[in-house]
Amino acid sequence: MTATDERPALEVGAPRRRKEDQRLLTGRTRWTDNITLPGMLHLAMVRSPMAHARITAINTDAAKSSTGVVAVYTGADLADEQGGLPNAWAIVPDQVAPNHPSIAVDTVSFAGEVVAVIVARTAAEARDAVELVDVEYDELPVVLDLEAASKGGDLTHAELESNVSAHFVFDSAEAGTGDNVEDAIAASRDGGILLERTFRQQRLIPAFMEPRSIVVDPTAEQLTIWTSTQVPHFVRVFTALVLGIPESKIRVIAPDVGGGFGGKLQFTPEEVLTVIAARHAGRPCKYTESRSESLMAAHHGRDQIQHVTLAATKDGDVTALKVELLADMGAYLGLVTSVIPILGAYMYNGIYRFPAYHFSCTNVFTNKAWTDAYRGAGRPEATYAIERMMDELAAELGVDPIKVREQNWIKHEQFPFTTVAGLEYDSGNYEAATAKAKELFGYDDLRAEQRRRRESGDQVQLGIGISTFTEMCGLAPSRWLGEQGYVGGGWEHASIRMLPTGKVEVIAGTSPHGQGHETAWSQIVADRLGVAFDDVEVLHGDTQISTRGLDTYGSRSLTVGAMAVVAAVDKVIDKARPIAAHLLEANPDDLEYAGGRFGVKGTDKGLGMAEIAFAVFQAHNMPAGVEPSIDAEATFDPDNFSFPHGTHLCAVEVDTETGEVKIRNYTCVDDIGKVVNPLIVEGQVHGGLVQGIAQALWEEALYDDSGTLVTGSFVDYLVPSAADVPSFTTGRTESPATSNVLGVKGVGEAGTIASTPAVVNAVVDAVRHFGINDIQMPCTPHRVWTAIQNASAGDNTPRDVSFEDNAVPSHNAEVSEGSSEGGQA
Amino acid sequence: MTRISITVDGVGHTDDVEPRTLLVHYLREQRGKTGTVVGCDTSNCGACTVHLDGTSVKSCTVLAVQADGHEVTTVEGLAVDGTLHPMQQAFHENHALQCGYCTPGMLMQSIDLLNNNPHPTEQEVREGLEGNLCRCTGYQNIVKAVLSAVEGVAS
Repeated sequence: MTATDERPALEVGAPRRRKEDQRLLTGRTRWTDNITLPGMLHLAMVRSPMAHARITAINTDAAKSSTGVVAVYTGADLADEQGGLPNAWAIVPDQVAPNHPSIAVDTVSFAGEVVAVIVARTAAEARDAVELVDVEYDELPVVLDLEAASKGGDLTHAELESNVSAHFVFDSAEAGTGDNVEDAIAASRDGGILLERTFRQQRLIPAFMEPRSIVVDPTAEQLTIWTSTQVPHFVRVFTALVLGIPESKIRVIAPDVGGGFGGKLQFTPEEVLTVIAARHAGRPCKYTESRSESLMAAHHGRDQIQHVTLAATKDGDVTALKVELLADMGAYLGLVTSVIPILGAYMYNGIYRFPAYHFSCTNVFTNKAWTDAYRGAGRPEATYAIERMMDELAAELGVDPIKVREQNWIKHEQFPFTTVAGLEYDSGNYEAATAKAKELFGYDDLRAEQRRRRESGDQVQLGIGISTFTEMCGLAPSRWLGEQGYVGGGWEHASIRMLPTGKVEVIAGTSPHGQGHETAWSQIVADRLGVAFDDVEVLHGDTQISTRGLDTYGSRSLTVGAMAVVAAVDKVIDKARPIAAHLLEANPDDLEYAGGRFGVKGTDKGLGMAEIAFAVFQAHNMPAGVEPSIDAEATFDPDNFSFPHGTHLCAVEVDTETGEVKIRNYTCVDDIGKVVNPLIVEGQVHGGLVQGIAQALWEEALYDDSGTLVTGSFVDYLVPSAADVPSFTTGRTESPATSNVLGVKGVGEAGTIASTPAVVNAVVDAVRHFGINDIQMPCTPHRVWTAIQNASAGDNTPRDVSFEDNAVPSHNAEVSEGSSEGGQA
Repeated sequence: MTRISITVDGVGHTDDVEPRTLLVHYLREQRGKTGTVVGCDTSNCGACTVHLDGTSVKSCTVLAVQADGHEVTTVEGLAVDGTLHPMQQAFHENHALQCGYCTPGMLMQSIDLLNNNPHPTEQEVREGLEGNLCRCTGYQNIVKAVLSAVEGVAS
């Protein structure tokens, strides 16, 4: 590219259509399951139907003689070589964890655990042979109830002393970040307000659309692993550590990856077993899970019981927040299972200026699939609890829930603000986001309609829910992670290769799976380096190309990963400067770099970056002592998290006769600082909203009394369809981050974090006049209807007006057909 | 093995298949049409949607032998000479895809939807796509894309 005065407008901020789309739209995709190698074998897993049992015998004879079967492995066969799956985060020094095998050796601890592996010539033959493996089990007591498990009784793992893995405490008085909670609670008993609520964060399943798949090729010098993962760099390190293979002999490739949402932030049993099988066979092996296997055995999310105590003055100033959690780990600790609830520990105070805060969490084992990261990971739970409590406080005070929030939130002129949890929020403007959201939503009109429906005793009641969230994201900073017990770092890496033809290769350590990094990183580089958007190629997801990186999760890719890209670009320019000066016969200090060109100040002399790149490629005329390369790499480790925030408003219509909830209007205004690509940002928000709404209304992973997952297919696990959700109204305000040069904040998890409490607050608001102050998620028609029946039957006559016509059965309403009949006109 | 004759994206083939082979597995494994993907095992997700004689079917719910003598169009057969089909273009313009895994099925179903109802309302689009799950987009931009493609696709 030659120097020119005509430059496109800034790329950053423009709604660029994505580079990624072309291959995805035309089916020229490289999903892991698309990969076929010569002589490749196929794996199928035999999984335990028992949640907790001793394996007494496994007969594999029939399977071994089945057509096409090459090998069958049991846990006993692989016990010595499989190692244990890692947990990378000890939240307290005395955290307890059982050994986590990839294949059960003598005991199974959840239904879905692998007990045998079939290796066959075709996937169909492998699956046929699964049916022929005969496993005998001695059943053990099954631990399923989180609360009961935390107190004792039967053990999830016989070799452990209890079901408790760890107990974590943060106390603002001890930490020196605030007052003593108990003092404030005691004070509130004397004329103040004291609210206690218990919320259930149901178990969810990430349910990425692409089932996980692994292909391992052991035939070359390096073992190559293609895997549908968010974390190829993690997979490389842990394959080395767990199986004792030199890291330098392992290459991991995450090709096109079909969604993750935290569900592919894992080092999996299936990855280990496919590597082992391939090494044994000396041939490439593939394993692709079925959807039912994915729902049953890929890690789940959430699953907590939250006991929350909030103290306030009679005027509504919050004086203390106390949070006591029970968190279900499931049967094992996965990669970051233990820390998921703790990622919420610093977020329960939300956007508020609370003077005292106490958080405790007990991590508990049960005989279920293990939990781990799912979009938001700890922060949705925290946001849900505090935003539900602020609505409860407003109801107690009899004031508008926005007013009580405003009374307690951090004012925009108070930033940077150090919270009671010890985090420094760099920037934000809750007033601006809320004002804009109210306007877009038509808040006052909807409140007026709500009053009219109340007064007329309408069968369909309107509820309005508010969620004013913030979150800490952009995982990083390494120092903080280390202090919290994480074994890894949080930095991110990038490199830039300046090709002789003027094209630019950006190699990112982050590993996208739908986020559009190839587009967004190209926009950033185009502006900063002054090259054309189309001249930038973004490479990622292959450890042999992207040699350093910590991958994609926790809304970190832009705020951490792209900052490494920016730093690498700056280094390229720095390296090019003396070369440009030499070629232009000018003093380096007299050069200014703009629009992809070094110009000599005060003259029209100059040299474009592409010309310099070619001159460096030739290396015929380099300044003395300067290496012939302007390629550069950089590692970035931020000093702080990213704190996006927003105001989400939801209006629901609740049919009081059927309990059906319909979202009438959902409006959100998010402040994620500067925006690189508004199109991508909006897409992230939409998708996040639906996942959070799905937790509020539909999704729940359910186990029966014997520990069998009964939501083991998409027939039963209710991922919403297009027909279930409305279109959203979205807006933005902009408080640039001060923690990075682009002023950007994370957005990947925001929608999911914010939307769940907005919806549930709306549902509760619609029926609060019945005397209802909570409905457990998911707020199914059955639960909403039952809540109305129970509240009414409990002599809790509607507190508002004119609901006589909605009179209810005089008996304590059981849930059965026909019991909703009252004197409805 | 059973012999079938089938046209896939305009090219005729004669192949031997196991009678139990699903159309999607035939397309992916025997014909190399890996643009069509599998997302579930209960016909809920719609990721494998293709056209059979011009009408959308979930190819995990059709046996390859049932497609004998018929014409199959996959996502790979939509673009002509490198020019995107109007629905593909609409998905691109409206950012109607993120990870892209559901996209082949979404495209095929969206085209079928407009073939059956050339001028749908937003609600009709939402209901017409009910059998195709997407976990990334929240559907808003998919719906927008389909509505914007109305003029380009409907014939």
